[in-house]
Amino acid sequence: MGKTIADKIFAAHLRASPTPENMVLDLDVVLCHEITTPIAIMDLVEKGMDRVYDPTKIKAVIDHVTPAKDSKTAMQGKIMREWAKRHNIKDFFDVGANGVCHALFPEKGFIRPGYTVIMGDSHTCTHGAFGAFAAGVGTTDLEVGILKGVCTFRSPSSMKINISGTLTTGVTAKDVILDIIQQLTVNGATDRVIEFTGPVVEQMNMAARMTLCNMAVEAGATSGICAPDKVTAEYLWPFIKNDFVTIDDAVADFAKWHSDPDAEYVEVIEFDVSTLAPKVTYDYKPDHVKDIQELAGTVVDQIYIGSCTNGRIEDLRDAASILKDRKLAEGVRGIVTPATPAIYSQALDEGIIKIFMDAGFCVLNPTCGACLGMSSGVLAEGEVCASTTNRNFNGRMGKGGMVHLMSPFSAAAAAVTGKITDPRQFLA
Amino acid sequence: MKTFGGSAVLLDRNDINTDEIIPAKYLTEITKTALKPHLLEDLLLDGQPFDSHSQAMEDARVVVTRANFGCGSSREHAVWAFEVNDINVVIAESFARIFRQNMFNCGILAMELSKEDIDRLFQINGAVNIAVNIEQGQLTATSDEAGQDSIQCMFTLNSYDKDLVSAGGWLAFAEANF
Ligand code: SF4
Repeated sequence: MGKTIADKIFAAHLRASPTPENMVLDLDVVLCHEITTPIAIMDLVEKGMDRVYDPTKIKAVIDHVTPAKDSKTAMQGKIMREWAKRHNIKDFFDVGANGVCHALFPEKGFIRPGYTVIMGDSHTCTHGAFGAFAAGVGTTDLEVGILKGVCTFRSPSSMKINISGTLTTGVTAKDVILDIIQQLTVNGATDRVIEFTGPVVEQMNMAARMTLCNMAVEAGATSGICAPDKVTAEYLWPFIKNDFVTIDDAVADFAKWHSDPDAEYVEVIEFDVSTLAPKVTYDYKPDHVKDIQELAGTVVDQIYIGSCTNGRIEDLRDAASILKDRKLAEGVRGIVTPATPAIYSQALDEGIIKIFMDAGFCVLNPTCGACLGMSSGVLAEGEVCASTTNRNFNGRMGKGGMVHLMSPFSAAAAAVTGKITDPRQFLA
Repeated sequence: MKTFGGSAVLLDRNDINTDEIIPAKYLTEITKTALKPHLLEDLLLDGQPFDSHSQAMEDARVVVTRANFGCGSSREHAVWAFEVNDINVVIAESFARIFRQNMFNCGILAMELSKEDIDRLFQINGAVNIAVNIEQGQLTATSDEAGQDSIQCMFTLNSYDKDLVSAGGWLAFAEANF
């Protein structure tokens, strides 16, 4: 019987198997941010275990609330900063160099095909876009990861989602994943790895693949994963050019992380995107998804463009293509936060920031900000936000607020009309 | 091994997420005890806010709920919020992966029962008390109302989950073994 990518990565990293169901894996990178890591650090210090297994394999960022908004978040940053210094963690990104973890770490070339990656953050599944096994964990798993470089998982069970057809204008990876989540439901992939395959995925750039994998956890999945190919190799080339003579050599090497043709899956789902329309969530669950026309006309108070789902340069370009020479509707607040400094800088060079500002948007520094309702655009009771983020839970962006998840195109269309709007009317 | 069980609170809903168990605004706390008053603060049951400060919540040692409990964010704060409120068992039809792992990593119990068994627990009238016997894989639910029969359910914990519970969690287990 053939093996899936996840099977191969597990086999290559297996440290122990306490039962056939449970596997302890060696970790290639442990990613850290300031919301879940300080409490892990404090606990390790208190227990006399303030050590790190390998400072070169630990990558840390302050991203959720940055610059600090109050004394408590300032203390979280301080604990991270001092810890990184104490343990000689060189890849630590602080104010000025920091950005949303799942956009920043890939951009730095830290994630490679075949890697095992954990982070105290549920959207760690994003990094599966590189053909890595990347999973969100809690603080205790993070502590053990930092200390020992290992983590336990249940032996992988993979499901395959084969995406075919052609995406039409105005329909993006965000719409695809929202539709998939609607079909799977919020726990349709619990304890599974979702392998995204097929011609549509092969044609997607890394940004789109990251959007796809980012929301795998909203269907309960442990990780999303895409086979590493030429697109992956080209993205990573600046970081791997000393390891391979040509890009094609890298592509050939990455093939060792492809699923075998006879690999077994717990489920295979065929998905054709040719007739897919832009999607939007309603209510408080990410599997409550409708065609955007069905919610058209719903009045919004705020537009939020950013996050690890859709804060990349490609996303800002999409939104800007609609916002160019247009203005925010009367009474609507627009907020954009490029996910990393490099994206911000690129958007400046391309004139995209100017388009946002001319439209009347507030341009924030790279941060998670209002995505999790902690700062920089929290909603008031009864307010409605059109958002490119990944969670619409009750209270997520502020108690009593309503979040409609959608693509950057759709968020930009809502910005211009002040209502949920099918973006395709602006893209003819 | 520590003992598990006690007075139970029943939350009749699927997909209760970690934002409802402990809202993100409390994630800036750097002590577990600071989470104590905020457990289940944003929970909606039948669309209505749940009274998270009732006497029943005060007395609770066990939570019984439906499917996909603990979905959403990876925050272990959700588990600690139960822990600091002396709740040491959550019983559900199924759990989100990270939440379930976090419970065992803290040395407390996330117990999966069949839908039929969960239905039986929800049908008990009166205040429910649940006793858990890990060695025998047996759970006994009793009511304080006269004339109610007690209910028994069997459960299986795999040997690794048991090891984590008896070690007092994953950190202690990993320190001893890796
Ligand atoms: S952008 Fe939002 S979803 Fe992504 S890591 Fe930050 S808080 Fe989490």
